[in-house]
Amino acid sequence: MKLLVCISQTPDTTSKISFNADGTAFNAASVQFIMNPYDEWYALVRACELREALGGTVVALNVGPAANETTIRKSLAIGADEAVRIDCDPNGAAFVAKQIAEYARAENFDLIFFGKETIDHNGSEVGAMVAEHLELPYVSYASKLELNGTVATLERDIEGGVEIVEVDLPFVLSASKGMAEQRIPNMRGIMTARAKPLKEVAAVVFEENSKVVQFTLPPSKAGVKLVQPDNMDELVRLLHEEAKVI
Amino acid sequence: MVLVFAESHGGQFKKTALEAVTYGKKVAELLGTTCVALTLGTVKEAGELGRYGASRVLNVADTAYDQFDSQIVTAAIAEVAKNTEASVVILSHSSTGKSIAGRLSVRLNAGLISGVNSLPTANDAALRAKKSVFSGKAIAEYEITSAVKVLSLTGNAVKPESTGNAVSVEVISVGSVKGRIRVKSVKIQEGIVPLPEAEIVVSAGRGMKGPENWGMIEALATILGATTACSRPVADAHWRPHHEHVGQTGIAIRPNLYIAIGISGAIQHLAGVNNSKVIVVINKDTEAPFFKAADYGVVGDLFEVVPRLNEALKKFKGGQ
Ligand SMILES: Cc1cc2nc3c(=O)[nH]c(=O)nc-3n(C[C@H](O)[C@H](O)[C@H](O)COP(=O)(O)OP(=O)(O)OC[C@H]3O[C@@H](n4cnc5c(N)ncnc54)[C@H](O)[C@@H]3O)c2cc1C
Ligand SMILES: Nc1ncnc2c1ncn2[C@@H]1O[C@H](COP(=O)(O)O)[C@@H](O)[C@H]1O
Repeated sequence: MKLLVCISQTPDTTSKISFNADGTAFNAASVQFIMNPYDEWYALVRACELREALGGTVVALNVGPAANETTIRKSLAIGADEAVRIDCDPNGAAFVAKQIAEYARAENFDLIFFGKETIDHNGSEVGAMVAEHLELPYVSYASKLELNGTVATLERDIEGGVEIVEVDLPFVLSASKGMAEQRIPNMRGIMTARAKPLKEVAAVVFEENSKVVQFTLPPSKAGVKLVQPDNMDELVRLLHEEAKVI
Repeated sequence: MVLVFAESHGGQFKKTALEAVTYGKKVAELLGTTCVALTLGTVKEAGELGRYGASRVLNVADTAYDQFDSQIVTAAIAEVAKNTEASVVILSHSSTGKSIAGRLSVRLNAGLISGVNSLPTANDAALRAKKSVFSGKAIAEYEITSAVKVLSLTGNAVKPESTGNAVSVEVISVGSVKGRIRVKSVKIQEGIVPLPEAEIVVSAGRGMKGPENWGMIEALATILGATTACSRPVADAHWRPHHEHVGQTGIAIRPNLYIAIGISGAIQHLAGVNNSKVIVVINKDTEAPFFKAADYGVVGDLFEVVPRLNEALKKFKGGQ
């Protein structure tokens, strides 16, 4: 069983988001970066669980600069067997997807894991793009995954419910809450991670076709209008007449 | 030409499909062209999409599309887009749309902006549109310059506008491809509007003390025709079902009205709800961070405030 988990690095949710003066670039200085939560808690952990049960290899893959190595090491500490970094400074989902697809095409993975989205660009794009490059089925927002030989059964979150699907290996999935429980790397994991291989691969040339031209902060709220707790008629009036939402 | 993929489920269109067609019509007007809607599989009254602005409605009437498989859906949309020489393809940013958008952009060699929340601007060959990024903490304007462009539209970003007339449906066929995903079953909570589509959401947190107190929350939701949601610890403690959990790890929503009751407003919670148009917070703690993100606030004990709100709303609804 050869499993690939695509790992991205994102600013921690609690970080303050700011941009350069003309709003053309994200201000990464003073921001704490973490492994994208969906990649870490759900995709990577489920891949490790499957490897523990069925044998095989879990490869963690990141498309990014050398500065991402702390995040990549963490994926090894959590349980990935080897890590690959495609060396570049990615500037969009299409570029990232192309890099992942080119690498994966040559490696013949049985299963390729993504997180449901990155919490910086909230795109949910890369997994679907890779699936199309590789002409593989794609199960998005999977909250459960069981394997029986080469047949997988998954639950996928859809609006207002779940869909249960079956698909043969190989395929691509994106993981959402429910697929696994978060694992905190233990000392042993951290120690063994140091001995695990971290391979660096050169990026292929690809012209990104979608780019950010302007970042802005959302208009700040006018401030909360307080309504007395014993005057709910007033709240109803405001919601009807002023906010026009009821 | 602007091609809109109008998703259907069990033969019916959801509000998101009508939003996508309305949006498609506006984009078409902006570009001085027409809007064509595409439906796949068995659909009832597809011609109704004409009312929302589609000048033509195409249907690939093959039952293979009644079960969702992003691979065959992508192939069908791409083929129709090529045959009709569409310059923009619009999808809903729904669970279906998210499974297709990236695939379609690869197949059509198109730039993609996913989750747009307002009308684009266009000049020459470039198209720009805005979306919310960093879990609602910023807005990014993207530009795409490829010949074909793919946009997916966030739910509740535009209102469906029925201003035109129904048109007759043109049944077409595309090259058949065999899907590899076998849909075994679909379990949908009957009778409630799914959270991502709800216009009003009533949400409650740990301040409720226990699941036995949710009666007044459900009553409030019923009066408002709202969908109920909850904070993460509430779902983790099994006070409420997991599908109600909103926030960074749960569902992200953008209703017109979000009423947060006994929720402190932690940043991970806000990440999923801060795009709501109007936020009402009911909390007994003046210092609760949620008040900073709120439009209207009530500082008070929810066990007294919520029943009073329910009475006031009943009176209001009765008098309407
Ligand atoms: C990585 C990560 C991801 C997370 N993802 C999410 C997520 O997706 N969604 C989410 O919700 N949380 C998430 N959390 C948890 C989040 O940080 C908060 O812990 C959580 O949102 C708090 O839930 P709460 O507001 O219901 O409870 P509390 O923080 O305990 O707040 C309860 C509130 O109720 C008020 N209250 C109590 N009694 C009354 C009363 N009688 N009348 C009126 N008000 C009352 C209190 O003043 C308080 O403000 C995440 C945390 C982490 C670390
Ligand atoms: N730079 C990257 N390197 C590796 N995987 C990535 C990268 N960016 C995104 N991904 C993967 O793609 C998923 C979806 O990302 P996105 O399309 O940006 O929302 C993430 O959850 C990751 O699994």
